[in-house]
Amino acid sequence: MSVVGTSVARKDGIGKATGAAKYADDLSIPGMLFGRTVRSTIPCGRVKRIRYDFDTTGFTIVDRRDIPLDGRNVVALIEDDQPFLVERDVRHVAEPIVLLAHADREKLLAADVIIEYEVEPPVFDPEASTESLKTLTIDKGHLDAGFAQADVIVEGTYRTGHQEHVYIEPNGVIAVPEDGGIAIFGSIQCPFYVVKALKSLLGPKAHVRVVQTETGGGFGGKEEYPSMIAGHATLLALKAGLPVKIVYDRTEDMIATTKRHPSIVRHRTGVKRDGTLVAMDVEVILDGGAYITLSPVVLSRGCIHAAGPYRCDNVRIRGRAMLTNTPPNGAFRGFGAPQTIFAIEAHMDRIAEALGVDPVTIRERNALVPGDTTATGQRLTADCSALPVLREAVERTDFRRKREALRGTNRGIGLSLFYHGSGFTGSGELRLASKAALELTDHGVRILVSSTEIGQGTRTMHAQIVAETLGIPYEDVDVAQPDTTLVPDSGPTVASRTCMVVGRILQRCAEDLKRRLGDLTPAEYYRAHGPFTIVREHEPPGWIQWDDETYTGDAYATYAWGCDVVEVELDADTCEVRPLHLTAVQEVGKAIHPALARGQIEGGSAQGIGYAIVEHVAMRDGVMANASLTNYTIPTTLDTPAMDIVLLENPYEDGPFGAKGLGELPMDGPAPAVINALRHLGVDLSEIPATPERVMSACGSR
Amino acid sequence: MKSALSQLSFARPRTLEEALTLLRDEPLVPIAGATDLYVGLNFGTLKAQRFLDITRLEELRGISVTGDRLVIGAGTTYTTIMHSASVRAHWPILADAASQVGGVQIQNRGTLGGNVANASPAGDTLPVLAVADAILQLRSAQSQRAVPFNSFYTGYRQTVLRPDELIVSIELPMVEGKQWFRKVGTRAAQAISKLVMAAVRTEAPRIALGSVAPTPLRLRRTEAALAGGSSIEDAIGVLQTEITPIDDLRSSEAYRRAVAGNLLRRFWAS
Amino acid sequence: MRLTLNGAVTDVEAAPGRRLLDVLREECGLTGTKEGCGEGECGACTVLMNGQLVVSCLVPFAQAEGAEIRTIEGVGDHALQQHFMSEAGAQCGICTPGMVMTASTLSRDATLEDIRIALAGNLCRCTGYEAIYRAIQRARAATSA
Repeated sequence: MSVVGTSVARKDGIGKATGAAKYADDLSIPGMLFGRTVRSTIPCGRVKRIRYDFDTTGFTIVDRRDIPLDGRNVVALIEDDQPFLVERDVRHVAEPIVLLAHADREKLLAADVIIEYEVEPPVFDPEASTESLKTLTIDKGHLDAGFAQADVIVEGTYRTGHQEHVYIEPNGVIAVPEDGGIAIFGSIQCPFYVVKALKSLLGPKAHVRVVQTETGGGFGGKEEYPSMIAGHATLLALKAGLPVKIVYDRTEDMIATTKRHPSIVRHRTGVKRDGTLVAMDVEVILDGGAYITLSPVVLSRGCIHAAGPYRCDNVRIRGRAMLTNTPPNGAFRGFGAPQTIFAIEAHMDRIAEALGVDPVTIRERNALVPGDTTATGQRLTADCSALPVLREAVERTDFRRKREALRGTNRGIGLSLFYHGSGFTGSGELRLASKAALELTDHGVRILVSSTEIGQGTRTMHAQIVAETLGIPYEDVDVAQPDTTLVPDSGPTVASRTCMVVGRILQRCAEDLKRRLGDLTPAEYYRAHGPFTIVREHEPPGWIQWDDETYTGDAYATYAWGCDVVEVELDADTCEVRPLHLTAVQEVGKAIHPALARGQIEGGSAQGIGYAIVEHVAMRDGVMANASLTNYTIPTTLDTPAMDIVLLENPYEDGPFGAKGLGELPMDGPAPAVINALRHLGVDLSEIPATPERVMSACGSR
Repeated sequence: MKSALSQLSFARPRTLEEALTLLRDEPLVPIAGATDLYVGLNFGTLKAQRFLDITRLEELRGISVTGDRLVIGAGTTYTTIMHSASVRAHWPILADAASQVGGVQIQNRGTLGGNVANASPAGDTLPVLAVADAILQLRSAQSQRAVPFNSFYTGYRQTVLRPDELIVSIELPMVEGKQWFRKVGTRAAQAISKLVMAAVRTEAPRIALGSVAPTPLRLRRTEAALAGGSSIEDAIGVLQTEITPIDDLRSSEAYRRAVAGNLLRRFWAS
Repeated sequence: MRLTLNGAVTDVEAAPGRRLLDVLREECGLTGTKEGCGEGECGACTVLMNGQLVVSCLVPFAQAEGAEIRTIEGVGDHALQQHFMSEAGAQCGICTPGMVMTASTLSRDATLEDIRIALAGNLCRCTGYEAIYRAIQRARAATSA
């Protein structure tokens, strides 16, 4: 029997295909009220006065004064700077000020809360901002000495915009008073993040239980923000003494919740005439929005990936995340890397052009190989696959011939080479100390983890790893619904770590269990000895050395590698860019479930294509002006190219069955490949999305 | 939803006569496919609470050829129009335009009369009706009148339709010459237009644009320039004086001007 | 108000201005029909009304009077649903009921291009649509074999 490496039926497949699966908004609890958030309408200033211009009968009204005495008005995350409810100062539009609940939604929505402000001048431009949320520098070798060896110096500035997650299920939670504390049921990526935030809100001794309901997509967008919504629902529920449901409509979700950080990346690169990179000076600026939230770690991952999958002895990467008076930007698939990979990969084509070589040659010359060191000084081992993915993609698409053949037509072809670190950065996994557990049941085993199924296939892939390790049928493995009072904290469902890190802990649990079972099946053992549970903690590889102060060392336990080739068609009259075909060659260690792995790459690539071409957040006066699915366009079937997906496997020795992280990798490649395809067509663009308006400016309308 | 939906009421007459009587007695807002109803209520652009549902009126549905005209009931859906052999034979660009409105779900509900009455300058079918010199048949309980499509709009979202009138049908006189249509949207499907152009290549060419002015616009002077033998570049110069596009969420004035010119050139070369 | 809901004549009490979507979910307990945008863009709330695909977030309940409504709970295309599972055509699953409704109207001989055009009114953020095409094509092949 071998279940790993086969595409078994998803554990959650049939419930989703029949509509039986229950999402937060599908649940209703007797006596439940509906909650609403009254938000700031100015980007910067102070609240002067709040007036309730409606009949308040039947309403529960909460403001900052309702924070419990044992608690604190702060959404605990990396730093404690973001309040659940405005105390006095408003830092961005859509900041929560007052909460309302009522049994009748029409009355709730009609309630008029009038807030008077003292307005102060906002800052929207991260380069004009004087307040940094985080700065860091990565230094390798001697930049000046490197530039001294250079025959050519190439400079470029690259910009990326906000990107909205557009999970099709908007954010929503239900808070239910329970045991003197609160139970939360909601659309949540990281249940224990919510526990942490609610313990800060209610006080460390409060009873807090968080249960993830079926979740209609996350992509990072339900990593940190659900803590805020859960806090709001909690305050209302505790004051009302009744369950409270808060489900955002699409516009509120878009205006109020996080987005991908916009970026400005400047490259100055020294190259020898033969194409060898000798010096890379990189500046990364992220627009963090109005609070710190996750910006320091997004900046960190972005900077670590900023030199691309290339060998260079002399590198300096300076990064800063700046405060602006816009809603905080946050986690989004890729977590800073799509921005910096976009920049370096667009820049590599400009370097190739400056040297008169083709895009493949410049990358072949510099791609990391086992034994090389990255910008942080991490020495790569045999699971480095930069050249194999590049060569496979080039060969499969007949890239060089095609590039010549398309010259002079309205089609262009471009490629990107990229990598993505699996798991938390540096010593992050050690600090997380994630736990997972296996529980014996009367017919098999049950997996207990807080890692959430948000579409990517967590339950299925974990069950495969456990079934394979135990040598029992896949059907005999159940997966518990994440409930923080029943499952251990296996860490957040982020950072491409759910398979590689949590899957590995489960594999260890299963190995322990197998030894204990001896010759018995789980069911036989259960009948003979009754239930028991095995809990294991993550053991990061001992060789990982990382210095948070100097940003040197082993940034990630391993990397997954990818090469995308995109062919586009440009309408010369309208400057519309149509992606025709995408080839994605991605090395993921081991595909536990090939169909799900392929699904991650197809879906991530489609998001990357959207990021590159049609997804434009129009910020006006600090607020998203196109906050609807009509006006913020994501790719439809007709905007998504035909895809050819190639999975390569080069096992990572400490991953379960060799698996690396793959969830974020496919997000990194499409945007630069599109921009490079446009460059092939003669369009010199260094900003995404490549809207027709921008392409036209770059071409010069004729 | 900002409006209290439980307060809305819908009269649902079964005959046109009944509908017109209701409209005579009270200024109900007619709805058919309702594709703009909730969006309008939600954004506060629609304040009404009492509606006249005209989807049951058989008189408003169907496509026929009468003499030299293609007659389309105002309540005919985009789906019906797309698949109509008569439309495909006589006004194929109307079928093209209908097939580019939203997805299947919207095409099944949205109606041609609704597109006209909604009066958005970005309405996908409207430039086609403009180049067709379409005639709108309007009826009230007391009267019937025919209004040329090209004088139906008086300003941004303003029309000559009276509160007691319904658009009953849209008549498209047949035309010789090659028809041409191009929608430039915010994406490949389910898009709102940045610009729409419809044109007919005859001795007196007809050209209309959407999303470049407060109303759908027939480019009379550009047409005259081309008919009079002007060069295409000169005609584009005239076009630029006829259109008044703006910067908005979906595009920019500069882009719309450039693309309008480019599309005119493409049409003329086709 | 009387309508035929998944084949059964049903009386439902609800204000005529409420959205069919809300009435299905809240009065009829049919939560398989999802809300993604409330503006007719995403297709998650797709149902069949008198045999035609509609987005139930844009249909006033008044217009459902006397209509035949079919939702994911009554679609009965089990081959299609099975293949959405086996081909991983469902990831997060929130768009899946709407996708299945739209796919259920495709003819057996639908080409890939037909499928892409038919699904243009259903947004999916997880799959890039490829696995959905595979699910539909294989379900169609399986049922016509």
